[in-house]
Amino acid sequence: MDLENQKRVKELTEQYGAENVVVLLGAAEGEASGLAAETVTNGDPTFAGPLTGVSLGLKVYHVCEPEVKAEFDEAIYEEQVSMMEMVLDVDDIINEMSAIREQYCKF
Amino acid sequence: MKVRKAVDLMKSVVKGTGYVLVHTPDMVLHNGTTQTTERIVNPDSEYLKELPTHLRSFEQAVSYWPNQVYIGNKTPDELGAVPQPWHDKVCESTDRYGRFGQIMPQEEFLLLIQACDVFGLVKLEQGFVDGNRAALAANPMMTEEILARIPAQQTSAEEIARLVREEHSEGLYHHDELVGCVNRAHDIDQNLSAHVMHENLVSKASSVMALLSGIANAGINKNEIEYVIDCAEEACGDMNQRGGGNFAKSAAEIAGLANASGSDVRGFCAAPAHAVIEAASLVASGAYQTVAVTSGGCTAKLGMNGKDHVKKGLPILEDMIGGFCVIVSRDDGVSPEINLNMLGRHTVGTSSGPQDVTTALVFKSLERNGMTVTDIDKYAGELHNSEILKPAGGGDPAVQFFKVVGATAVMRGEMDKGDLKDFIVKHGMTGWAPTQGHIPSGVPCIGFVRDDIMSGKIKNAMVVGKGSLFLGRLTNLFDGVSFVIQANSGAEEAGVSEEQVRGMIAKAMRDFAATLMAQAE
Repeated sequence: MDLENQKRVKELTEQYGAENVVVLLGAAEGEASGLAAETVTNGDPTFAGPLTGVSLGLKVYHVCEPEVKAEFDEAIYEEQVSMMEMVLDVDDIINEMSAIREQYCKF
Repeated sequence: MKVRKAVDLMKSVVKGTGYVLVHTPDMVLHNGTTQTTERIVNPDSEYLKELPTHLRSFEQAVSYWPNQVYIGNKTPDELGAVPQPWHDKVCESTDRYGRFGQIMPQEEFLLLIQACDVFGLVKLEQGFVDGNRAALAANPMMTEEILARIPAQQTSAEEIARLVREEHSEGLYHHDELVGCVNRAHDIDQNLSAHVMHENLVSKASSVMALLSGIANAGINKNEIEYVIDCAEEACGDMNQRGGGNFAKSAAEIAGLANASGSDVRGFCAAPAHAVIEAASLVASGAYQTVAVTSGGCTAKLGMNGKDHVKKGLPILEDMIGGFCVIVSRDDGVSPEINLNMLGRHTVGTSSGPQDVTTALVFKSLERNGMTVTDIDKYAGELHNSEILKPAGGGDPAVQFFKVVGATAVMRGEMDKGDLKDFIVKHGMTGWAPTQGHIPSGVPCIGFVRDDIMSGKIKNAMVVGKGSLFLGRLTNLFDGVSFVIQANSGAEEAGVSEEQVRGMIAKAMRDFAATLMAQAE
């Protein structure tokens, strides 16, 4: 995850409390989603950014996961996300995200 | 009798292209930001210890399939037929020179950097220069003028070591040995620091190589180039005008383009596509007859995904500096033309959602011209070598782009969902370009597109450049532009045969005689 984004996630978490923050991802790959999810839960796996060794344990979802999809206005989801939903390997993303949440999510 | 084909003065064509790579393993260690950051944050890391054992030799870099595609010895289709991994396979073409350009070794490039330095900032060790001058002189792109810029009298190893130790000079290394340095150009101005000067001189030198290759491949005289547009991602200037420019003119000077002026275009990865559109417009408007779009490569991005490559036991695949050049000229009746009626652009009012982006960049210009998605034979978006990105979770951006174009076509009812897979194979291409930011963005296809249009294999192609502007922290807007290259329409209607000319002359003579006879009567 981009170092600047790590900094922003860290600052927002300090400001609002970890239990009040949800990170929503839009990555195009299962592995990339997993890496970003790991960064905001267990800490930066590349040991490069501000979240190195910082386990925030945040709630983190990909926009194509069913829990998130259910929260959207259907028409807006159709307009903004459905095309990418067709393109992405959604099952792979769900597997990666669920595995990370089960392992590291604290909320 | 030689007959000129019909030409259209309001048209611009792709006259030629140049694609160059430079193998710079030592710059991976000393100048790639992944490594320089790691050295600050975690100087004793396992990664830094293990990294040198993952560097490739020049021979390995030359025989790497995607690199052979980049310089034109192999095609993207041929690469697509080779299953990954590619790094453990030796391409049957192992020539460092290709139809589009060449792969330059580090030692030649270090001398070229010195030739590109006009402020005496680059110091090289005497023995290193003496040992490698002949190799650079043997490079067919080199000229007497460029070689003469490398002084006979060079610097001692002791003095170079002192400059690096005491004067903040940026070391130049070869096979892990200090063989030179780039001095700072100002004592306190960060924009002229040794680090920045090194980065900019590498960009300039690789741009010079690209320009020389492009001009040679276009078969034109250097003096025909009237304007050069640089579209790299670096900035040159001092503390009062950071990013003042002008990379284009500075590279044109070394390349010997005496009739050229130039300027820089910036826009992250979208810049090359912006630059080609601007070049085509300048030519079509009649402002200039021949414009070169050029760009050198970027040291900062060397080894960017190195941690993942090392972790997964791969060689460091990001050890290449890239450069490219596209020569755009007035219509010659033969070369493929750039259709300025088919431009796509992501406007300020367009969202950054993938569907909106694709509609703006691809579908609006198709729609305006009464075309559908399959009327374009080939699409080129990000053309990254996916073997570099997959280990880092970056996927395959080339395939992803074709999927998004296809899926948007399905949403628009232009295509059945079941045809998506075929669309990707038929209208897409396998990515091969090094991850040098702006380098993989659409433009690497232009050499192949030109060939395939000229041979009649395809009739047109859409080149899409996209850029992430948020990196500059001035806007969160996305950016992108697209253009279409198509067969020269003049070529179809051109070609008045010798017989036809004779007929026309005979008719004119007959008409003239008839007029004279009528007057006499």
